[in-house]
Amino acid sequence: MTGRYTEEIARKKQVAEAQLKYGRGKAVQTRNIRDKKLRSNLRALEKKYRDAAVRAKDAEILLENNSGVLEPETELERTYKVRQDDIRESVAEETARKGFELRLEELGPYKAEYTRNGRHLLLAGRKGHIATMDWRDGKLGCELHLNETVRDAKWLHNNQFFAVAQKKYVHIYDSAGVELHKLQKHIEVTNMEFLPYHFLLATIGNAGYLKYQDTSTGQLVAEHATKQGSPTAFAQNPHNAVIHVGHQNGQVSLWSPNSSTPLVKLLAHRGPVRDMAIDREGRYMVSTGQDMRMAVWDIRTMKEVNNYFLRQPGSSVAISDRGSTAVGWGTQTTVWNGLFNKHVKDQVKVQSPYMHWGGDGYHIERVQWCPFEDILGVSHNKGFASILVPGAGEPNFDALEANPYETTKQRQEGEVKSLLNKLQPGMISLDPNFIGNLDLASHETRKQEADLDRREGDAVEKMKNRGRGRNSALRKFLRKSGNKNVIDEKRVRVEAAFKAQSKKEMERVKRQQEEYGPALARFARKEG
Amino acid sequence: MKIKALSRSTEALQPPGSSTPRLLRNLDPSLHPFERAREYTRALNATKLERMFAAPFLGQLGKGHVDGVYSMAQDPGSLERLASGSGDGVVKVWDLPSREEIWQCKAHDNIVKGIAWTRDRKMLTCGTDRTVKMFDPYGSEGRPGPTAIYQGQGAFTSISHHRSLPAVAVSSGQISIYDYSRESSSPSQTLVWPSTVDTITTCAFNQTETSILASAGTDRSIILYDLRTGSPLHRTVLSFASNSIAWNPMEAFNFATASEDHNIYIFDMRKMSRALNVLKGHVAAAMSVAFSPTGEELVSGSYDRSVRLWDRSKGHSRDMYHTKRMQRVFSVAYVPDNAYVLSGSDDGNVRLWRAKASARQGVKSAREREKLEYDDALKERYKHMPEIRRIARHRHLPKQVKRAETIKREELGSIKRREENERRSSRMKSKTKRRSEREKMVLATEE
Repeated sequence: MTGRYTEEIARKKQVAEAQLKYGRGKAVQTRNIRDKKLRSNLRALEKKYRDAAVRAKDAEILLENNSGVLEPETELERTYKVRQDDIRESVAEETARKGFELRLEELGPYKAEYTRNGRHLLLAGRKGHIATMDWRDGKLGCELHLNETVRDAKWLHNNQFFAVAQKKYVHIYDSAGVELHKLQKHIEVTNMEFLPYHFLLATIGNAGYLKYQDTSTGQLVAEHATKQGSPTAFAQNPHNAVIHVGHQNGQVSLWSPNSSTPLVKLLAHRGPVRDMAIDREGRYMVSTGQDMRMAVWDIRTMKEVNNYFLRQPGSSVAISDRGSTAVGWGTQTTVWNGLFNKHVKDQVKVQSPYMHWGGDGYHIERVQWCPFEDILGVSHNKGFASILVPGAGEPNFDALEANPYETTKQRQEGEVKSLLNKLQPGMISLDPNFIGNLDLASHETRKQEADLDRREGDAVEKMKNRGRGRNSALRKFLRKSGNKNVIDEKRVRVEAAFKAQSKKEMERVKRQQEEYGPALARFARKEG
Repeated sequence: MKIKALSRSTEALQPPGSSTPRLLRNLDPSLHPFERAREYTRALNATKLERMFAAPFLGQLGKGHVDGVYSMAQDPGSLERLASGSGDGVVKVWDLPSREEIWQCKAHDNIVKGIAWTRDRKMLTCGTDRTVKMFDPYGSEGRPGPTAIYQGQGAFTSISHHRSLPAVAVSSGQISIYDYSRESSSPSQTLVWPSTVDTITTCAFNQTETSILASAGTDRSIILYDLRTGSPLHRTVLSFASNSIAWNPMEAFNFATASEDHNIYIFDMRKMSRALNVLKGHVAAAMSVAFSPTGEELVSGSYDRSVRLWDRSKGHSRDMYHTKRMQRVFSVAYVPDNAYVLSGSDDGNVRLWRAKASARQGVKSAREREKLEYDDALKERYKHMPEIRRIARHRHLPKQVKRAETIKREELGSIKRREENERRSSRMKSKTKRRSEREKMVLATEE
C-alpha cells in the first residue's frame, strides 16, 4: 500500500516538474462541468497536454550539450576578476579561438550584429564600413565602403540579406554586398529591428516615425508617429514582437503595428533612455538611461523590479538566452547574472557583477550576445571584440528553429518553411497567445462596438451622477422630454434610475432621522 | 576558479561517413516563441491546401447507360465489381479499377429497380416487369442470359439480399422472400403490414441483426419486420415518404432513410418515436442513401442533382459533389474500402468520386503521412477560428441549388415565424407546444 502511495507521490512530483518548464498554463478544472461529453473531451485533452509535458521533460535526456561554468572554488575568488586570458588558457583550444579582437581604427564606432543562428557577424562602422563574416571560420563574406554615414545595420531572416540604415535611406544588401533595395519611405533612420517570424523590418528615424516594412512582400505595413522626437533606444521583445522605443524624456513606449498609439508607456528613467533589452521569454526588460541607472522591469506587470547604479550611463545592454545581462558603460563592459529569476517572487538585488571586461580605453558602442555560444560581441569605437563569458549561451539549440551548423540546403528549406509560416502583423499583441482564444465579449458589447454612430458614454449613466433634489438631471429629463405617451427605452431607463435614486435618498433620510433621534429628526435633509 | 565554456563537437552533429546532418531538437517552450500564432498559421495553410487539392470527381464508368441509372449494387465479395441497372432494362457490370464495362445484359423489359449480389457472386435483379432474374456475370462470358427467373404479382420496386441465407427480399405491394436454393419460383414467405395496401418502394435487410428487414412505402410509412416470427414488428408514419433505407453496418440498430422532404433521418429501430439525427442540406428530395463501411459517414444522392457526404453525428453535410452534366441522382454507393463513392444519375452515367475530396490514394512516405496527420490535428484544433471555418466550409454551388437554398430558407423562415405568431396569440396549449426537430416528422407509431 505504501509502495503505491509513494509511487503516486513520485508521479505527481514528476508531472509538477514537467509542468513547470513545459506546461502551457493552468489545467481546466473539469470536475464541475455538467456536460458529460464536454467533460470527457476536456479530460482527454488535459491528459494529452499533461503527457506531452512529461514526455518533453523525459526527452531532456537527449540534450547533448551542457552549459559553461565559471565558479569560484575558494571564498576569496571573485568571478568578475577573471580575465579573458585566464579563460582562454583553461578552455579547449577550439573554444579559446572564439575569443578574438578586430582592430578597425579608422571607420568606427562600430555596431555588430549576429544572425539568428549566431553563425554570421555583421559589422557596421559609423563612417560607412560594412563587413559580414562567418566569424567562426574567420571567413569574410562581403566588405563595403559606403562613403556615407551608417547609423545601424541588421540581418534580415537569414545570412543572405541585411539592411543598412544609411545617411538618408535604408538599403537592403544581399550576402555578396549587392544593393537590392532602397527603401525610400524610411528616411534618416537611426535604429532598426527585424521581427523574424513576421518578416517585418521596424525602423525609426530622427523624426520619430515608427515604420514597419514587410520584407517578404515589400509593403509598408504600418507607420506610427511616436510624437516624442528623436528616439534614444530601440528594441524588440522576442516573445511577442512588440517594439520598445526609448525616448528623450525617460519614457519607454511599447508599439505594435496594429495600434497608432503606444500599447504601454512607462517612465523608466529620469533622463533619456540609452538602451533596452528584453529577455527571450518576454518577462523582464533591462534598460539603461542617461541618469546612470540600470533598471530591471517586469514587463508583464509593468513594475520596476530593481534599480542599479552604473558609474557612467550604460550605452548598450543585452540579455543572453540564459539570462546573463551585459551592459556597456563608458569604456567598460559588465556582465550580470541573476538580475531576474522567473521562479522567484521577490527578486534579490545582485551585489556584484559576474564578469567584467574593458579598461583599454575603447568606448563601447554596442554589446550583443552570440546566440548558442558563450560569447559576447562588444563593438566599440576602435573595432570589435569577441569575449568569452562561460555560462551565458543556450547550449542546446533546436535545429528546426535556428541551427548554427546548418547546411545550404537546410537554410534554403528553412527559408521556405518560415515564409509559409509567416505570421501576420495583426497577430502582434502583448499576449502572443491570444489567437484561438474564445471571444468572451458578449453579443451586446460587440454590437455596440460595431455601431459607429453610437454616442460616447451612456447618457442615462451620466444623468445619474448629476445633481440631486428638485432639479436633478433625471427629474429634468422626465419633465422636459415631452410626450409622456411615448415610452422608449431611454425613458424607461431614466424612470428606473430615478426611482432607484429617490428610494436610496429616502433610505438615507430615514437613517439620518434615526441617528438624530426623535427631537432632531425634522432636521434630516433630503439632499446631502 | 572552475572554468568551463560551452563547446560542441562538430562530429556529433554530422557523424563521420554520414552525409546527413543530425537535427538536434530542444523542446523548451522559450526557444519556440509565437507557438499559437504559428500553429494557427499552419492550420490555415493546411485548410487552404485541403481546399486547393479538393478534386472529388474521378471519372465516369465506361460510356455509361443509354437510360438513367436507377439501381446500383456493389459486389460484397469484391472491391472491384459493381452492377448498375438502367431505365431501359439493361444491367451492366463494371470493373472499378479500369472503369470499364465487363458484362451487360438486357435483363428486364422495363426499368431495373433493384440489384443484389448473392454470396456466391451471382446477381439478382428485379424490375417493373414483375420478374426477379438471376444472372452469373462471372461465369457467362458468351451468353449473358438469366440462369433463373422468378415471377411475382406486382411490379417489383427493390431487392435486398440476406446476410447469410440464400434468400432475397423483394418489395412490391408486399415483401416477398424468395429462397433461390429451392426449385420453386414462388416466394417462400410474404410479409405485409395488415392494414396497408400501398406500394412498398424500398426494403433493406439488416446485415448485422440478419433477420431484421426494414421497408418504406408510398403511404409514408417505415415498417420493420422480423423474419424469425414472419411478421411485421413496427410501423412508423412520417410526414413524407422515404425513398431509400440504409442500415448502419457497425451499429446494428441504426438505419438512415432518405426522405422526400429533402432530409436524411437516422433512426434507432428500438426507439422510432424520434430520429437520432436529422441531416439537412439537400434542396430537393433525397433519392438514395448509403452508409460508409465504417458506419461513420453517409452518402446521399438527391433530386437536386447533387451528391452529399455526411458525418453521421453532424447535422449538415461535410461535402457536396456536383458536375455540370450530372442530372438527378437516383442511386449512390460507397466502395467497401471507404475511399470512393459512386453515384448513378438520370443522365445514364455512373460516376466515381473520392470519399474525401482532397485525399490521394497513392503510397505515402512516412514523412508525408506524418505531415498529413499533423495537419489534420491542427485543423481540428483551430476549426472554430472564423477564417478557417469559412475556408473549410466554402463550396461552390450550382446556381439553381444556391437559389433553391435561398428560397427554401425564406420559406422555412416564414413558416417558423407564422408558427411563432400563432403560438403567441393562441391560448390552446396544443398549439403552443414546440416539437423537437428530431421528432417533428414522426406522425404516428404502431406496434
